[in-house]
Amino acid sequence: MSERLILDAASVPRLPRHAKLRFDRARDCWIINAPERVFELDSIAGEVIQLVDGTRTLATVVDELAAKYDQAPRADIERDVTTMLQNLADKGFVIA
Amino acid sequence: MTDQADVSVSAPTEAAAAPSSSRSRLIPYAVLCELTHRCPLQCPYCSNPLELERASREIDTDTWKSVLSQAVDMGILQAHFSGGEPTVRKDLETLVEHAAKAGLYTNLITSGVLLTRTRLDRLRDAGLDHVQVSFQDTEAGNADRIAGFRGHAKKQETARMVRAADLPLTVNAVMHRQNLHHLEAMIAMAVELDAERLEVAQVQYYGWALKNRQAFLPTREQLDEATRIVEEARVRLKGILAIDYVVPDYYARRPKSCMGGWGRQFLNITPAGKVLPCHAAESLDFLEFENVTERPLAWIWEHSSAFNRFRGTDWMPEPCRSCDRREIDWGGCRCQAFALTGDPDTTDPACEFAPHRQVLEMPVGEAGGEIPEFVYRRIGNG
Repeated sequence: MSERLILDAASVPRLPRHAKLRFDRARDCWIINAPERVFELDSIAGEVIQLVDGTRTLATVVDELAAKYDQAPRADIERDVTTMLQNLADKGFVIA
Repeated sequence: MTDQADVSVSAPTEAAAAPSSSRSRLIPYAVLCELTHRCPLQCPYCSNPLELERASREIDTDTWKSVLSQAVDMGILQAHFSGGEPTVRKDLETLVEHAAKAGLYTNLITSGVLLTRTRLDRLRDAGLDHVQVSFQDTEAGNADRIAGFRGHAKKQETARMVRAADLPLTVNAVMHRQNLHHLEAMIAMAVELDAERLEVAQVQYYGWALKNRQAFLPTREQLDEATRIVEEARVRLKGILAIDYVVPDYYARRPKSCMGGWGRQFLNITPAGKVLPCHAAESLDFLEFENVTERPLAWIWEHSSAFNRFRGTDWMPEPCRSCDRREIDWGGCRCQAFALTGDPDTTDPACEFAPHRQVLEMPVGEAGGEIPEFVYRRIGNG
């Protein structure tokens, strides 16, 4: 890796090999396992991260969430999703 | 989303704010499996106890497999394979495979000096998720002197092999007064080796490191310079290299949240099967530790006297008891409080409000003085 990844609508985000997503029954939430770290995702972050699969663009992820939660403005969803995934990308837990 | 950074296993890494949950519902996050105390290196800051366990006392493959299965049932998410040097165990692949199949995130914590590409491929195919390679310095001569072993060149080769095998890499760099001047070079080396992550670990002074404190404790000036370098690099390398860094205890104002709190998130299993709340806990020589060959792991976690001795806040003295950070730093490190004051129930002297804070004055005042010879980590030297 040599440059900082900046996500935009056309990015196709995915988890790198060292970050592993799974549902944890003991804690009843989605988690990402990473080196010396566990990210416990709240229910919304859990919804988002399940769509981060290396096939959907960020725009598609937002579209699908906007369709599911039609009471929230798409722009708000896009902002929240981008912020969350950029934050994970800056820590090396999302790549594109 | 909560960033739960406190599953750290190597002594010098940081633990972030821990969640407050009721004692009856504590689910551990990680288990550190110290497969052996055998190691070709003799680092004078080794986190292993002064009384090293001999090979004949090591628990067998089936016992470790049972432990890993029990860990999953308890809700544990990560298994760290460490030592000593874990790759001296011939059953490492078997254990990694067992852990991975059971759903644990598997991490190999190694010096790297014994690994071949064939073995690394086997470990990867067994399901290994991540490799952490330790470095003593960036300069071979000094690195090999500190390790008491000519291994620096091989470590670099191993780190490259890890990336070539498409495994993620953490560079663990234990920094102190005899190598902090190479911190910038260490950061550059981590980038050059294509590591995802660099742990700038400061020596923590228990066990072997406490014996060698004068040889390792940096001066305030060295530390401030290191902090500046890390802060600059974190900005420059954002999204390229993640850098974990903690100010060493002796210069901190607040104690670290040791292990995210005693018996809250983490357990450590020694080569002989003893279950500890942290890897240094055997230095608390008044505690009795249960063994996985005699009790179920879940029972030990919930009910053993050792795990309950400092769990929660009930044991706390003042000023911890009424401190608004009592569920953030959990009173700091019990091993350090005991080693420095003889009282395991007192506030960690790393806290500026600790009644025994003055015990840090002498070592800090002498930092930068004459550098003594190392007491190397080897059986019989403890």
